[in-house]
Amino acid sequence: MAAVTETIEAVQSVTESGYKWGFETDIEMDFAPKGLNEDIVRFISAKKKEPAWLLEWRLKAYRHWLTMEVPHWAAVSHPPIDFQDAFYYAAPKQGPKSLDEVDPELLKTYAKLGIPLKEQAILAGVEGAGDSPSEGGRMPIAVDAVFDSVSVATSYKERLAKDGIVFCAISEAVQTHPELVQQYLGSVVPQGDNFYAALNSAVFTDGSFVYIPKGVKCPMELSTYFRINAKSTGQFERTLIIADEGSTVSYLEGCTAPMRDENQLHAAVVELVALDDASIKYSTVQNWYPGDAEGKGGIYNFVTKRAACRGKRSKVSWTQVETGSAITWKYPSCILIGDDSVGEFYSVAITNNRQQADTGTKMFHIGQRTRSTIVSKGISAGHGQNTYRGLVKISPKASGARNFTQCDSLLIGDQCGAHTVPYIENRCMTAKVEHEATTSRIAEDQLFYCRSRGLTQEDAVGMIVNGFCREVLKELPMEFAVEAQKLLQISLEGSVG
Amino acid sequence: MLKIENLHATVDGKQILNGLNLTIPSGEIHAIMGPNGSGKSTLSYVLAGREGYEVTEGSVTFGEVDLLAMEPEERAVAGVFLAFQAPVELPGVGNANFLRTALNAVRRAKGEAEIDAIQFLKLARARMKVLNMPDDMLKRPVNVGFSGGEKKRNEMLQMALLSPKLALLDETDSGLDIDALKLVSDTVNSLRGPDFSALVITHYQRLLTHIVPDRVHVLSAGRIVKSGGPELAHELEASGYGAIQDAAA
Repeated sequence: MAAVTETIEAVQSVTESGYKWGFETDIEMDFAPKGLNEDIVRFISAKKKEPAWLLEWRLKAYRHWLTMEVPHWAAVSHPPIDFQDAFYYAAPKQGPKSLDEVDPELLKTYAKLGIPLKEQAILAGVEGAGDSPSEGGRMPIAVDAVFDSVSVATSYKERLAKDGIVFCAISEAVQTHPELVQQYLGSVVPQGDNFYAALNSAVFTDGSFVYIPKGVKCPMELSTYFRINAKSTGQFERTLIIADEGSTVSYLEGCTAPMRDENQLHAAVVELVALDDASIKYSTVQNWYPGDAEGKGGIYNFVTKRAACRGKRSKVSWTQVETGSAITWKYPSCILIGDDSVGEFYSVAITNNRQQADTGTKMFHIGQRTRSTIVSKGISAGHGQNTYRGLVKISPKASGARNFTQCDSLLIGDQCGAHTVPYIENRCMTAKVEHEATTSRIAEDQLFYCRSRGLTQEDAVGMIVNGFCREVLKELPMEFAVEAQKLLQISLEGSVG
Repeated sequence: MLKIENLHATVDGKQILNGLNLTIPSGEIHAIMGPNGSGKSTLSYVLAGREGYEVTEGSVTFGEVDLLAMEPEERAVAGVFLAFQAPVELPGVGNANFLRTALNAVRRAKGEAEIDAIQFLKLARARMKVLNMPDDMLKRPVNVGFSGGEKKRNEMLQMALLSPKLALLDETDSGLDIDALKLVSDTVNSLRGPDFSALVITHYQRLLTHIVPDRVHVLSAGRIVKSGGPELAHELEASGYGAIQDAAA
């Protein structure tokens, strides 16, 4: 129908002007020499003043990485990446040591990115701002801001420390809590896990570290805001979250990058550990620069995220809204070891223009009566390609295990693609596994119905897409659900004729 | 209020409307009756601006403006409301959210302040009570899992809240039991006033005993072939369309 043709044309006409986070910050930077070798690994480790064990750990990862090959199984295509043609370390020259010393240019950057003023005040270290958690009826959010290779500021640290919570840059945790880092780093995603995880293990620069002590319910949302700014750099952040027995935490990450013609690599590793009765909610709003309408530029987002539900009745819930990146390759997974542990994966992935996404999850059921839920919503527009790839694996000992998987795809136009690749390996007679999948289009009659009630075509598309994603969006923390809804609409902006 | 002159329209290249003339003055309710395939639904879609319904000749003036030059959403906020014969399902879109978004679009166009969620709920609940709709219909996704009668009542709820200048009811009575029919009629009658006109499209005279029209028109092969007062509907019920079609031929 005509309306759909119009939608397709309009979606195709979306250019980078739709990406509102594409500016660049002009700031003096410190770079490592270009390229990658053992000296660069040593350089990074020295910059971070790391202990000898960590340097050895990195070198071991690097040597292993040299023996590995780029994975080819994902349904994405890109020219070969020259790993020698990038900077592996880039940091603002004046790295602030305390919150009051944050470079004004950085403050401006975060203001532009829309991190609320209140938090900015906190970033700048305004006295007392962190002591009134519910001012204005809104819960504060503690922010760790990672700019290229370093964490530039972390807010609410002192408030959180009162409960024994550690929330800081991982490079700082290496200094202040070496025993925790050494115990858990690489315990969920080993150095040699996969090509990009090995690369990350060798050259990771910064990221967040969270430790929630026994029985503590984290009083506020924790979040990390990742920003790639410098040219020709990759970002290799490493995040480690440990929820001790009976604790709970909700964590959110957001990310943006300037618009550039080149492809930049983002290869992160996230490890979560939940002990007995602990619960971790990990939400992602991924909005890296997706490239222009012709597919020039954009971030390669090759990420390994995995959670170990080690404790009995522990729970990890991944929620992701993936709107950015030229290519997304990530499978946030749960290893359900503890009896009665629970893993959840809620995902919305949008691909527009030439974006490609190959994303999904892996649920490993090892403990008894372990349960997992997977809800994946893929939206393809323009020439976007969207693949759900998932694995549900149930070991012989996981008696009474249950999984429910639902994969829905929504197509806008006829040049895009949606693919579903679910693997199920069940070795347990008493386990129950369910899988449902649908593929649909935004129907012309739905658009007309909305427009005949006064909604513009853009609002109508936004409303229908948000409705399609509702099951996932309702899993996001309140503060971010609204942001995510807007983002969905912006990502499809231009679907109006 | 509405002036249709010599309207010709095609769907998929097929001529459906063939020189249709119709004027509905402000404050009047007109009924259009006619056999299957005479162009009744096409007329309502052309007036609401649906894609694929191509006007090849003629004009439609709504108040002072050229209706055909407007986008569907512009027509809606200007006061045209189409009650769908088959209301469309919007999975995951909450009915309350949808209704409030629509209402605010109309209010913005009128230069009125937007209505917040609390005010809206008050307003909607009052209307729903009259329509005998349970509160939970606001929470459910738009038309998803609604029965036929619930869908039609939901259309009437939208119409009542948006309070249009011109309502187009496309066989709103089809598939309704007598109680629901009464509720639909009551809603239309409650909107009656000097600034409200309606075009009621129906197969049956039954609806017109509840909504008494000022004029009744018979549509055949894309043109009005006969017009009259409310008594025309009774005549048709007795003699069928055949006699009129034959007379017009």
